[in-house]
Amino acid sequence: MLEVQNLSMRFGGLLAVDQVSLDVREHEIVAIIGPNGAGKTTVFNCMSGFYKPTGGKILFKGGEIQGKPDYKISRLGLVRTFQHVRLFSRMTVVENLLVAQHRHLNTNLLSGILNTPNYREKEQKSLDRAAYWLDRVGLTDMANREAGNLAYGQQRRLEIARCMVTEPKLLMLDEPAAGLNPAETKDLNQLIISLKEDYNVSVVLIEHDMSLVMDISDRINVINQGRPLASGTPDEIRRNDDVIKAYLGEA
Amino acid sequence: MAAHNLKHALFCAIVTLIISYPILGFNLASEGTTVTLEGAKTSTIVGVLLAAVVVFLFQLFRDNLMGSLRQLPAVNPLANRKPMEQSKRLKLESTLLTLMIIGALVWPFIASRGAVDLSTLVLIYIMLALGLNVVVGLAGLLDLGYVAFYAVGAYTFALLSQYYGVSFWFALPIGALLAALFGLVLGFPVLRLRGDYLAIVTLGFGEIIRILLNNMTNLTGGPNGIGGIPDPTLFGMEFGRRVKEEGNTSFHETFGIAYSGEHKVIFLYLIALVLAVITAIAIRRLMRMPVGRAWEALREDEIAAKSLGLNRTAVKLSAFTIGAFFAGFAGTVFASKQGFISPESFVFLESAIILAIVVLGGMGSQMGVILAAIAVTILPELAREFSEYRMLIFGAAMVLMMVWRPQGLLPMRRIHIELKKQE
Ligand SMILES: Nc1ncnc2c1ncn2[C@@H]1O[C@H](COP(=O)(O)OP(=O)(O)O)[C@@H](O)[C@H]1O
Ligand SMILES: [Mg+2]
Repeated sequence: MLEVQNLSMRFGGLLAVDQVSLDVREHEIVAIIGPNGAGKTTVFNCMSGFYKPTGGKILFKGGEIQGKPDYKISRLGLVRTFQHVRLFSRMTVVENLLVAQHRHLNTNLLSGILNTPNYREKEQKSLDRAAYWLDRVGLTDMANREAGNLAYGQQRRLEIARCMVTEPKLLMLDEPAAGLNPAETKDLNQLIISLKEDYNVSVVLIEHDMSLVMDISDRINVINQGRPLASGTPDEIRRNDDVIKAYLGEA
Repeated sequence: MAAHNLKHALFCAIVTLIISYPILGFNLASEGTTVTLEGAKTSTIVGVLLAAVVVFLFQLFRDNLMGSLRQLPAVNPLANRKPMEQSKRLKLESTLLTLMIIGALVWPFIASRGAVDLSTLVLIYIMLALGLNVVVGLAGLLDLGYVAFYAVGAYTFALLSQYYGVSFWFALPIGALLAALFGLVLGFPVLRLRGDYLAIVTLGFGEIIRILLNNMTNLTGGPNGIGGIPDPTLFGMEFGRRVKEEGNTSFHETFGIAYSGEHKVIFLYLIALVLAVITAIAIRRLMRMPVGRAWEALREDEIAAKSLGLNRTAVKLSAFTIGAFFAGFAGTVFASKQGFISPESFVFLESAIILAIVVLGGMGSQMGVILAAIAVTILPELAREFSEYRMLIFGAAMVLMMVWRPQGLLPMRRIHIELKKQE
């Protein structure tokens, strides 16, 4: 469903991403791994429309999306999280989930000001959806707290829930396990699998936690210094000599 | 450190002297056709020297002074109080608002004509400040040319009545919508700019509108303005002594009471009151609507908001347009109240005053904005003797405010939507 072809991104003299290709099929978890500074986040930034790639193509369901504005890409169903959590920290947890649905909402100002039944029904629907996802990630008790006051692990889960209320087709997670303890990582592991199994989203995942990656990924792409190094199933990657030398060997 | 301070203080004192002595220290005296320069009175010169000494001393001890100023917030006994619970605060706020509205309804029947007239002006400023609050406080866009939309509203009514005899009630929505349209058209290219750039461009826009009004003499009358703007009517009843328009009746004759100029003033006041209440309620609702949350989300974290599919330009444009709409509202009322408008009424100072009300009131808080509007409009009237120093006092008040209570009189505490526990 998503195909990245020979993607390049140059910052001045620095070629941060060089001819990277990857593809994601329906119902699949694909991981991108590589050392720090390899260009993984930059690939995400290009895919989500934050950067306009200097070369290559990104196809989503057959249509080219490279260079499209970020909010339009998000509305197509490609939604991402960030390496450093970005919540609306002074809004409450449930409000974070409401904001994410505002493109589904009737934007008619007048019906809102007059509080018409139609408007109220839609508000209720998005509240219900928010409540559902809060329950799903175990944050129901925190619903009315300010998002900035949550513990780090909770913030991570809220960020994923916030993506999910937009009903995405493809979820891009940038180091979702960073800073989590082993128990939290295990929960996350299950959550991501369930997103794929129960909600039919494909997932692209940047992650350093090898056990997590090897566990849940259907396929893995390795990037090193902006260039693709290898790609394949977890087993193939584990056995790949280049990868062992460049990346796994170090760890 | 001390040596540096001393040097700096000396420098400042000398600059003060260089600037103020030539301006204040000499007088131009005209004798017949020639103009001669003569020294000012000794008292003025002593004053200038004293000022230099004050600047010197202030700069010398600035660090200590500012240090003690910083203690000020702690002196405020309410500073460290815990915020009230939301449900309690809402109750208190709605009680207060109800009381205020009741008071405002009774007010014109007990106050003098002049006081009621002034109160109408306060209400106009409340409308303006509530509208600008949407732009600055809620959407976080610094608009320094807000008065332009106010002018659009006022001139729409003035021109429509002059050329087409349109009445107040027709002009009211037209003026507001036209102002909103201006907001939309201007906002589209401008809102791509950020922060300071936006402020400068809106400032320029405000001036352009005023200069246009000044120079399109054959349409707007230029600096002479437009007069004879009609008063609002009540179901076709006029408030003048004699009926001006065919088909209308007059208020005092219909009700069989003696004519009084006060009726008109009170009627205008009540109209302004109703419109101000409508403005407040509408904006209150907007804050709790998706669009209100989108404004806040975009202010909190633009990147996250965009990653969720929020269109930055559309969201910011909505705030800009809605703000302009209420300015147009206020402008129409203003034109009707004055009966005469000219570009003089829409100078940059007006934008600054409205912005000051928003900042003083506490960005985003309606109650605070209302209180600040009352204070900023009424205080200068009470202290007319000091009117020359009005701007000076204003500036000093702003500086003190920033030190003492940077969040404004009553900082915004937004009403959060609560998720009810489900069984
Ligand atoms: N906006 C930018 N401007 C300039 N250089 C950038 C920018 N974004 C990323 N880079 C550079 O691109 C390289 C790859 O960064 P990044 O994609 O964040 O790596 P990773 O996520 O794999 O750790 C780094 O050398 C980084 O300094
Ligand atoms: Mg990264």
